Amino acid sequence: MSALPASLVTRRDVLKAGAAGAGLVLAISLAGCSKPGAGAVSGERRQFATNAWLRIGTDDSITFLCDRSEMGQGVYTALPTLLAEELEIDPHRLTIEFAPVGDAYKNAAIGAQVTGGSTSVRDAWTKLRTAGAQAREMLKAAAAKEWDTAASACRVENGEIISPYGKRLRYGAVAAAAASMPVPAKVELKDPQKFRWIGTAMPRLDTPAKVDGSATYGIDVRLPGMLHAALAQPPMVGGKVKTLDDSAAKAMPGVRQIVTTSSGVAVVADTWWQARKARDALKIDWDGSASAGLNDGSILRGLRQASAKAGIVARTTGDAETALKSAARVVRAEYELPLLAHATLEPQVCTADVRADGCDIYVPTQSQAVAQAAAAAAGLKPAQVDVHTTFLGGGFGRRIDVDFIPAAVEASKAVGKPVKLLWTREDDTTHDVYRPPAYDTVAGGFDRDGKLIAWKLHLTGPSITARVFPGVVPAGAVDPFAVEAAANYPYDVPNVLVDWVPHDIGLNVGYWRSVSHSLNCFVAESFMDELALAAGQDPAAFRRSLLAKQPRYLEVLEVALRRAGYDKPSPGRHFGVAAMEGYDTYMAQVAEISLAGGKIKVEKIICALDCGRTVNPGIVTAQVESSILFGLSAALWGEINVQAGRVQQSNFHDYRLVRMNEVPKIETYQVSSDAPPGGIGEPATALVAPAVCNAIFAATRRRLRSLPIARHKLA
Amino acid sequence: MLTINVNGTDRTVDAEADTPLLWVLRDIIGLTGTKYGCGAALCGACTVHLDGQPVRACVTPASAVGTAKVVTIEGLSSDRSHPVQRAWIELDVPQCGYCQSGQIMSATALLAQTPKPTDADIDAAMAGNLCRCGTYQRIRAAIHRAAEIMGEKS
Repeated sequence: MSALPASLVTRRDVLKAGAAGAGLVLAISLAGCSKPGAGAVSGERRQFATNAWLRIGTDDSITFLCDRSEMGQGVYTALPTLLAEELEIDPHRLTIEFAPVGDAYKNAAIGAQVTGGSTSVRDAWTKLRTAGAQAREMLKAAAAKEWDTAASACRVENGEIISPYGKRLRYGAVAAAAASMPVPAKVELKDPQKFRWIGTAMPRLDTPAKVDGSATYGIDVRLPGMLHAALAQPPMVGGKVKTLDDSAAKAMPGVRQIVTTSSGVAVVADTWWQARKARDALKIDWDGSASAGLNDGSILRGLRQASAKAGIVARTTGDAETALKSAARVVRAEYELPLLAHATLEPQVCTADVRADGCDIYVPTQSQAVAQAAAAAAGLKPAQVDVHTTFLGGGFGRRIDVDFIPAAVEASKAVGKPVKLLWTREDDTTHDVYRPPAYDTVAGGFDRDGKLIAWKLHLTGPSITARVFPGVVPAGAVDPFAVEAAANYPYDVPNVLVDWVPHDIGLNVGYWRSVSHSLNCFVAESFMDELALAAGQDPAAFRRSLLAKQPRYLEVLEVALRRAGYDKPSPGRHFGVAAMEGYDTYMAQVAEISLAGGKIKVEKIICALDCGRTVNPGIVTAQVESSILFGLSAALWGEINVQAGRVQQSNFHDYRLVRMNEVPKIETYQVSSDAPPGGIGEPATALVAPAVCNAIFAATRRRLRSLPIARHKLA
Repeated sequence: MLTINVNGTDRTVDAEADTPLLWVLRDIIGLTGTKYGCGAALCGACTVHLDGQPVRACVTPASAVGTAKVVTIEGLSSDRSHPVQRAWIELDVPQCGYCQSGQIMSATALLAQTPKPTDADIDAAMAGNLCRCGTYQRIRAAIHRAAEIMGEKS
């Protein structure tokens, strides 16, 4: 029990009291950790909720319920900062807990309680400041009542309410009264000029727990009586157990039970090592007929054939088809992109505790309500499932999916004890929900004067949304997560057409950091360089000439070029440029490479961005660096191959990621902006491949129209 | 039964001889700061010290530890006061944080051997530790900063 923070083990009681509304939420100390509801214990305190995110204790403790998952991107710091700013309290004084499932916690940008799409700050920017301001006004009203004065005459400062006569009350002293005050419908938010924490590189709130091993990830959950499970999943897509011989496995040390689950055969044992060894001793004959013909070649052939169909129009400006027919010169190209794995460093894991009256799951998830529904599939009502979110050992979109949850719940149900089910690295690599592949054709047309008059991008690939959220995208409509960095083509061309052919590939695809930006930005921005070449112009100058009406694009492009010293490359160095808007963030990157022994070396990546107002510029920079290396691993080596329905890669020796000695110098320049916040967890991922490949063209005159770069023997 | 010295305390555990040290630490002793990432010494998330040397606990059988002293992230300091932890906090290194126990254990072993490491020393010592969030640039800066802090102390 000791390894679990109090917040994880006692959340049930809070939930039952209704965390989503104002009022008393918890009547007993958590710190003492005797039985909840057992009456007075030492250190007794009462906590009161002024809204869904905030609980103030009579002991002056202030708890923030973080309703987005912390996977490295910084919500554990940025979200409380928003609320604390209006509450006039140092964010470092807050205790942070992860929120349960609740309607109040829905992400308005997505319509569900999901952490994804680089939406957290954009969704919370007004919402959490308003919540903080409402709580502030309720605290003031409660204190004013006690002082028999007007709330408007009171002010707050560092966790205290101050009367016009200088009397002071701590927030905790009026927490109870404040929680029963009416929630003010209209509150005034602080003038950004007066922000104390928003806009500063304030230290992250999760750093201390992440340097001493105390942060609790999914893999670290420990419950009394808990057993461990390893799962034998079909080694091929759609495989089914034909015969199972578990006699040897059953006889192995520590093994408690073998459970056939909806996603494979689970071995439950006293320790995970025992479970894993026994799993490997299972003799299973798999029926792999469903995917025997599925391989790289069949997937690409399928995409090419589907590409011959007319697409669903995602963007049309002018008449690109007619303009291409009448163009004096047309440039055409085909691009192809591979499947990719997420490779979160923490493999998929879930702990389930199924009892007669319900179930708790402890899980690193990006999607709490869907996780709840997945757990309930084992014969429960969703309301009977409490979801406890842990820290995530990486997310990148992988943990929007909940495919790793049911087996844990089914195993716990079968053995009648809490079970932690952990995938191996090999399980994780071979059973991912992969970044989709793509086969795209693109064309640009010039008139007699050399002016670019038409641009057409014809995309073909599977719809992620159709799989993950069936029914959300109506038949015949565009999956918005398929046409990013394409439909918003920014260049001043009179005739633009972007269309998309959805094509299922028979393999589960998922949201992978930056989603279709990572596909389409590669095509659009590589092809911009092809068009520049055709126009006889420098790639940066060519872009600049077509961005006159796009000041935010233009500014980041100019900053990146200037910082890179684009006009004067050092001897032996070559530059490549890419620009993109994604998640309301405008960005340009310049890659600087060198060549040695026929291989490229990425020396430096310069990134300039305008992401509007920022909550924490230190975290913004960290996310840019993170995304760039995520994109660089993929650009250089990233590729998942399939043969006879089986994923060929398994671990980090054959799914290669950038290491310390391979990291280029990264420089990030944030353009100051008072536009509304843009997302920053993902966009920088997408610009790396085109920037590097454009630099490769500058160095070698070789145009790479497929990835990874290693496929072309250059990395 | 097997007795190993972990963070200065002898621990007697009941584990099969081939059980990797990682799972003895995590599942039997309950020290979960040391992480599982690959099970094959490819990612470094499980790095601990054996008599001061960094080893990958996922491929080190517990029975091979013998009398060597095991130090995990939990044993580095009781209050995050180790210079490497201080530097990590100062530079806000972690993102998801999952690899950071291993990164810190590799960095402390490097600094014990090489008090003023060059960038090449850092490359050599840290290349076995993957960070999927890509915090490498800050890790490098934090190792240099930790070297400074250690220099100030002596």
